[in-house]
Amino acid sequence: MGSGGFFFQAFIYLMAAVISVPIAKRLGLGSVLGYLLAGVIIGPFGLRLVGQEGEDVMHFAEFGVVMMLFLVGLELQPSLLWRLRVPILGLGGLQVVVTAAAVGAIALLFGLSWQMSLATGLILAMSSTAIVLQTLNEKGVMKSEAGQSSFSVLLFQDIAVIPILALLPLLAFSEKSALQEAGGLIFVAAETVQTAAVSPWQQALLVIGLLGSIVLGGRFLMRPVFRFIAATRLREIFTATALLLVVGVALAVQAVGLSPALGTFVAGVVLAESEYRHELESDIEPFKGLLLGLFFIAVGAGINFNLLFEQPLLILGLVIGLVVTKFAVLFGLGRFFRLQSSQNLLFAFALAQGGEFAFVLFSFATQNQVLTPAVAEPLIAVVALSMMMTPLVMIFHDRVVQPRFVSVEAEREADDIDDNENPVIIAGFGRFGQIVGRLLIANGSQVTILEVNPGQIDTLRRFGFKLFYGDASRLDLLQAAGASQAKLLIIAIDERERSVEIVDLVRKHFPHLKILARAIDRSHAYELIRRKVEVVERETFGSALEMGVEALKLLGVRSYRANRVARTFKANDEQLLREMAEEEDEKVLVARSRQLSGELERLLKSDDHDRTDDIDRAWDVSDLRKGA
Amino acid sequence: MAQTNQILILFAHPALEKSRVNRYLIQAVRGLDSVTIHDLYEAYPHFDIDVQFEQELLRNHDVIVFQHPMYWYSCPAIMKEWQDLVLEHGFAYGKSGTVLHGKRFLSSITTGGTEQAYRREGHNYFTVRELLAPFEQTARLCGMEYLPPFVVQGTHQIGSQQELAVYTENYRQAIIALRDNTIDWEQLGKFHHFNHALDKVIQIQEVTHHG
Repeated sequence: MGSGGFFFQAFIYLMAAVISVPIAKRLGLGSVLGYLLAGVIIGPFGLRLVGQEGEDVMHFAEFGVVMMLFLVGLELQPSLLWRLRVPILGLGGLQVVVTAAAVGAIALLFGLSWQMSLATGLILAMSSTAIVLQTLNEKGVMKSEAGQSSFSVLLFQDIAVIPILALLPLLAFSEKSALQEAGGLIFVAAETVQTAAVSPWQQALLVIGLLGSIVLGGRFLMRPVFRFIAATRLREIFTATALLLVVGVALAVQAVGLSPALGTFVAGVVLAESEYRHELESDIEPFKGLLLGLFFIAVGAGINFNLLFEQPLLILGLVIGLVVTKFAVLFGLGRFFRLQSSQNLLFAFALAQGGEFAFVLFSFATQNQVLTPAVAEPLIAVVALSMMMTPLVMIFHDRVVQPRFVSVEAEREADDIDDNENPVIIAGFGRFGQIVGRLLIANGSQVTILEVNPGQIDTLRRFGFKLFYGDASRLDLLQAAGASQAKLLIIAIDERERSVEIVDLVRKHFPHLKILARAIDRSHAYELIRRKVEVVERETFGSALEMGVEALKLLGVRSYRANRVARTFKANDEQLLREMAEEEDEKVLVARSRQLSGELERLLKSDDHDRTDDIDRAWDVSDLRKGA
Repeated sequence: MAQTNQILILFAHPALEKSRVNRYLIQAVRGLDSVTIHDLYEAYPHFDIDVQFEQELLRNHDVIVFQHPMYWYSCPAIMKEWQDLVLEHGFAYGKSGTVLHGKRFLSSITTGGTEQAYRREGHNYFTVRELLAPFEQTARLCGMEYLPPFVVQGTHQIGSQQELAVYTENYRQAIIALRDNTIDWEQLGKFHHFNHALDKVIQIQEVTHHG
């Protein structure tokens, strides 16, 4: 048994994750299965390193799911959510109703009462948000048709938990429905108990009031708060603020009897338009990842293998029955909603398991005398095993099912539902970045702009630019800004060290990105050229050259000629710049520089009509006259 | 078998993204062996043509093609600039200007109006061949053999992809024949437009398989 001690526990969990997840990944099993197996191994039926407290860990780790939905919300602009209304209500709604009916009917055949059957059906209709989103994200298919449909169904299920919680007590088999708190659950509002004292009207008002204040607060209150925090330039305080926000919303939403996952999801959607979106994403992401991992480990550790050993056929039969039933319903609905075959299969395979809601709902149902422990306990094991099967089912899908479609539907893979994956990222939107950005935007290009100065963000947002707060020299932030999907990165910041730092970082982690960089001066330009940056522009070169042209014109040089001279000068200077960037020896540099500028001077001198290498020799007829 | 000709296509279209025909014509010959495509507007957005580079290109090719839409009975501006700068005295013409001697010159042009518009009764009055006289004379002065132009007319009315496909395929055939020297040059000279001559002057090649 685990010998208490927080650090020892932390050590066990971390060790289990660090060992098993990379191995699972390497074997192509995906991280979720790695975590689950780690849980089984350290759990009561494995090495017995963790015991009863596994359940407490699980309640704590469920917060990872809450964070995940916050992040999902951040990715979803309200407009996108509105576009998904049909899949959410239609596909999601039908999935819950039809699956509940099918599972309920089977339960009736097993001889359960109709109340028990209905409860079982509703509870087993839930799928695992954590496993599905994690798996689909890892496979990079969240933006596909299947990903969007899966997400819609999961979102509906999250919402459906609330009415189900309200409904379950009404199905109680004994009059003495002992409404007790369902074990300090953080995940689902158990406070229905307390709010039961409040009238439904007051309840509804509370819910609407809270959601309204989340929307309004997110819109108007959070921006000045974030700006204030960002101005401190203390990263950990921003992280703390982000965490505080998520925890705060979760608590508030729970207090009125809603699921915290749903509440933080709404908060995420509201903040999806905010300039601090990318920063929030990259701050919350590691916490979410760790907590979710912990959650999966806890699920693995919690599987009751005793039940499995006692009645292996029954339990395994039920697991397979559950997965097959859910798969059949999902696949049928996918057909009905005209998903492409390959997408539909992915969708049905992904969602064909019981979810973490089931653990909560089963214990809630047992406490409310809806189900007897004799019914609920095997089913809990079934749900856990079905969750464990999901990664295996997905591997089957990837290796056996999907290859059949590759050739047929390869053309329709790309899906651009998501509009926050822009092909261009501009780092720095000061006096340099703005000009580049305005030209691109005026030309209809989609750009993601990162800026570190909150004051600048505010001013420019008022002019209608979409800027995000964030430091582009941070890997996680570049990731959140979509660097892995983008084509170009324009580095327009005015700090040379940081600019070089970004180049190195991007070359290492996003080698596909073409980099265009602003060079502060010549030596900075050398550094960038040596790093093979695709386009290097010295920040003052262009305008200084323009001014030279104007000066020449005022000195009486014809405008067209002045311009041509300037272009020749530019080509010459750029060639010199490139040559000198590669040259280490200063003496050689100086000599070469003198030589080139001498050549240039001769080339540009036009008073000498006999010179044949003058840039304007094309319109010089002296040669012709001689020949005549 | 006859020797292979190196073909240089000097291509000029200031708004290729809006082009309805030239875009497809140039696509049809892209990637062919011994065919160099040089997109002038792409290479010189500021018109600062690199004369030495261009002359080197000319030296290394046997057939020079000017491909462009017809603008005001002539070529787009950059192509005129190119002629002004590259075809220098002492290089392209004059006593010592013999670099282009013996090479062949082809105009490949598109016109919005139909062939009926380019005749005495039509509103353009002159025929395409007459309007191309400056190019013909340029070729003559440089000692090049002027070939009947490849002309796609009535581009405003080309509606279907199939119709377009006929032109692009013809163009491809013509360029390949020029490259492979499978043309009855004497016969070709008798036609007004290259297009009309396609099936009459291109000799069908006996395909020899190796292995």
